[in-house]
Amino acid sequence: MGEPKIKPASAGPTGERVRSDLNVAYEPGDNALLIEVHSKVDYLYRDAIEGAVLRVAQALAVTTGRLAVTDVGALEWVILARTESCLRRAGFDGPPVLPEPAPEANAPRRRDRLRRSRLYIPGNQPKLMISGGLYGADAIILDLEDSVPPAEKDAARLLVRNALVALDWGLSERLVRINQGTVGEEDLAAIAAHNPHIVLLPKVETPMQVGRVAEVLQRLAGEGAAFLMPILESPLGIHRAFEIAAADPSVVALTLGLEDLSAELAAPRTAEGWESFHARQTTVYAARAAGVQPIASVFSDISDEEGLASYVRRERGLGFDGVGCIHPRQIPVVHREMTPSAEEVERAVRIVRAAREAEKQGLGAVAVGSKMVDPPVVRQAERTVELGVAGGVLGSNWDAEG
Amino acid sequence: MAVKLEKNVAGRLVPDVVNGRESVPFNGVGGYRPEGRKAAPRIASCVDYPADGDKRVGSLREAFEKVGLADGMVLSTHHHLRNGDAVANAAFDSAAEMGLRDLMWFPSASFPVHANQIEHLDSGVIHHIEGSMNGPLGAYCSAGKMRGLGVLRSHGGRWQAIQDGEVHIDVAVIAAPAADAFGNANGLSGPAACGLLGFALADSIYAEKVIVVTDNLVPFPCLPWQIQGNNVDAVVEVSSIGDPSKIVSGTTRLTQSPDRRRIAELAARFCADAGIMRDGFSFQAGAGGTTLAFAIYLAELMRAQGVTARFARGGSTQHMVEMLDEGLIEYILDGQTFDLDGVRSMREDPRHQDTSPFTSYNFHGKGNFASMVDVAVLGATEVDLEFNGNVVTHSDGRLLHGIGGWQNCLASRCAMLLVPSFRDRIPVIVDEVTTLCGPGELIDVVVTERGIAINPLRQDILDAVAGSELPIRPIEDLKAELDRLCGVPAKPERSDDPVAVVKWVDGTVIDTVWRTG
Repeated sequence: MGEPKIKPASAGPTGERVRSDLNVAYEPGDNALLIEVHSKVDYLYRDAIEGAVLRVAQALAVTTGRLAVTDVGALEWVILARTESCLRRAGFDGPPVLPEPAPEANAPRRRDRLRRSRLYIPGNQPKLMISGGLYGADAIILDLEDSVPPAEKDAARLLVRNALVALDWGLSERLVRINQGTVGEEDLAAIAAHNPHIVLLPKVETPMQVGRVAEVLQRLAGEGAAFLMPILESPLGIHRAFEIAAADPSVVALTLGLEDLSAELAAPRTAEGWESFHARQTTVYAARAAGVQPIASVFSDISDEEGLASYVRRERGLGFDGVGCIHPRQIPVVHREMTPSAEEVERAVRIVRAAREAEKQGLGAVAVGSKMVDPPVVRQAERTVELGVAGGVLGSNWDAEG
Repeated sequence: MAVKLEKNVAGRLVPDVVNGRESVPFNGVGGYRPEGRKAAPRIASCVDYPADGDKRVGSLREAFEKVGLADGMVLSTHHHLRNGDAVANAAFDSAAEMGLRDLMWFPSASFPVHANQIEHLDSGVIHHIEGSMNGPLGAYCSAGKMRGLGVLRSHGGRWQAIQDGEVHIDVAVIAAPAADAFGNANGLSGPAACGLLGFALADSIYAEKVIVVTDNLVPFPCLPWQIQGNNVDAVVEVSSIGDPSKIVSGTTRLTQSPDRRRIAELAARFCADAGIMRDGFSFQAGAGGTTLAFAIYLAELMRAQGVTARFARGGSTQHMVEMLDEGLIEYILDGQTFDLDGVRSMREDPRHQDTSPFTSYNFHGKGNFASMVDVAVLGATEVDLEFNGNVVTHSDGRLLHGIGGWQNCLASRCAMLLVPSFRDRIPVIVDEVTTLCGPGELIDVVVTERGIAINPLRQDILDAVAGSELPIRPIEDLKAELDRLCGVPAKPERSDDPVAVVKWVDGTVIDTVWRTG
């Protein structure tokens, strides 16, 4: 194996409109490494920027040439990721260079939790990641797939990795959507060890795809390996929905992508959605049969709040536990519409209380009034109570009141 | 000449002499009261003016010659035409033509369009500026190129300085969207309609000589007379006083920035949770992206809870007018009209009242509206752990904004700063503000996208929101998060050369702006 050839390289956007990001360019040379920083915040952060760039250069054993940084107020984790991308593109190699972890970086994953809303954040736009944890989404998705052009996959996965480490995602579950095939495996190699709670797998058509990713994750992260959420985006995927949902114990939810599906069906997406009715219902049935959560697709008209509300009502009515969001302003609408009515919650509370009482008294059967209630009804009532608390129609101390 | 600097009670170094006049260092909120009688122009007599009321002269230059504008005098203009104003530039172009020198420009505010004055500063026509400086003028002053010190005053502070004699205006030039030949004028109609002329009102009363410039001469009487012709010496008709497209904005849209919307929504919910938003309450909000969004979220909450405000103080916008029309607000007390809907409403709706810094902000009034407002939402460039605010300089010390009504609005029962927690990596919450503009004891709440900090001095507000689900956090906690996210910034170097001073609302010097670069 000869020395890898070192070539000029660049990473990160340039231009007037760039904010909270930077461009790093490397020019090989025989001179001792020169770092040039142009930054609109240099009077406060010149040393910090130089320090971050130098840290990456040292980790990748870069001692010669010229690194030119054009910074527009990027945070340190972004500077580290862009510099690392640039130097790897130039042909250097070395261990990953991670930012200081956020206090919440080790927030534990949980199999069962509310997944009413999930906010998509493009994996190559750090500006949109910075506040991603503030909007109260049940989950955020750092997306390496459709929102990232092929030539930027390498850079995006380092940004996403650093964002998982450095940012506080609040109460939101940490999801990453990877690419298909070998690109997806490279994505996993970069992010698996940094506590993604769930990995979303695009365009799943066979249970083997799920098994393969589960295996890779197990190898990379062992006990801490992320859960999986396969996305069904083709007629074949829908056809095999149950096998896919049940393919591996790490699957916690099943979702579908209606844009790609409509294209393959040759049936354009309509507001009524009859063209995808079977797919949506199949997803719900398959998920429930496999004991995982069915999650609906996104609603893509940001400004149509009424349309979103009726979309969420419809999907909830079909049995879905959550929907996707492409803008933070959709989140409160989704949560509102995913919240059961006060009457539903009240009824559910009565059932849950009765079940607890029955358990205390060692009774097998649960009675509410004169009606006997089956265990699945109790489970459904527990979910309704949880949704009611999350949606604010029931106090979190409801069980202390009775 | 070396300037002597002394520390004021806020611990800020300030010059003891400003542009040849002894100045009083800030002595705490309410800690200073000038004495004596109010300033006034010389006595005029009606027999010296045309009996037919026609005060027209052919040009600004003729008007200047008529009123006796001379070297070293104070010439004032106003900013109701905002970045569309053509009159302030024309005034100094005329003064330059006349060969005048060393004038002091006393604008109520300046805008980027006034970069024109840089050539007059360079050539010596203008000696220095006492008024807000931003854009190219801010850079010019910050670089230490101006001969005198810049003096930054609030809208109320400008009225105070005129009234207590700190600034004597020799000639006021008032741009008027509508005027008659007697000098009665208003801002309600004509191609440059801007709403009201309140910023020019003090000048019309206290200046030695007053010139009205209009591109919309109407037959006497021009009603309503926001400026009274009885105070006016000369009227000049020109083809245009400004570019309408830069005077008012067409429509003011809700910001698309999720962070700004979040800040605005948190602030509105805070008003509801703290019990500020209740029947008969009052608020002040402007047209900036975040404060406009605040008013929109507030309107939603008011509608949902069936609450009506007795009055709102503008900066009026289309949105505020819609609230008036809907009955969510009973009156608008408007200090500045930002769009054409606001202008129309002020013209047609008696519940939409024009105001001036006298009614709203003046330190020497027997009370003013600012302290009667239940909640005012404002911006800032920095706020520190003591809740002190900076609104005039960037974190590198460069002049960035004027004070506007900001200092005055701090008198509100609840003054809230709506700010992003950082901009381009630069934290907005800092250890110590670069330039002190507002003392922390008057700043009650800081709302950022990462949480809300309440001034510990306001135990009543802390009690009122106990149990709220809003993300209320100590300001130190917010700052610690920012230090982790942004990294602790280096301390920028500053020079020892003052280029401007910041006045507090009572005329004392609260801080100094230093030369940069």
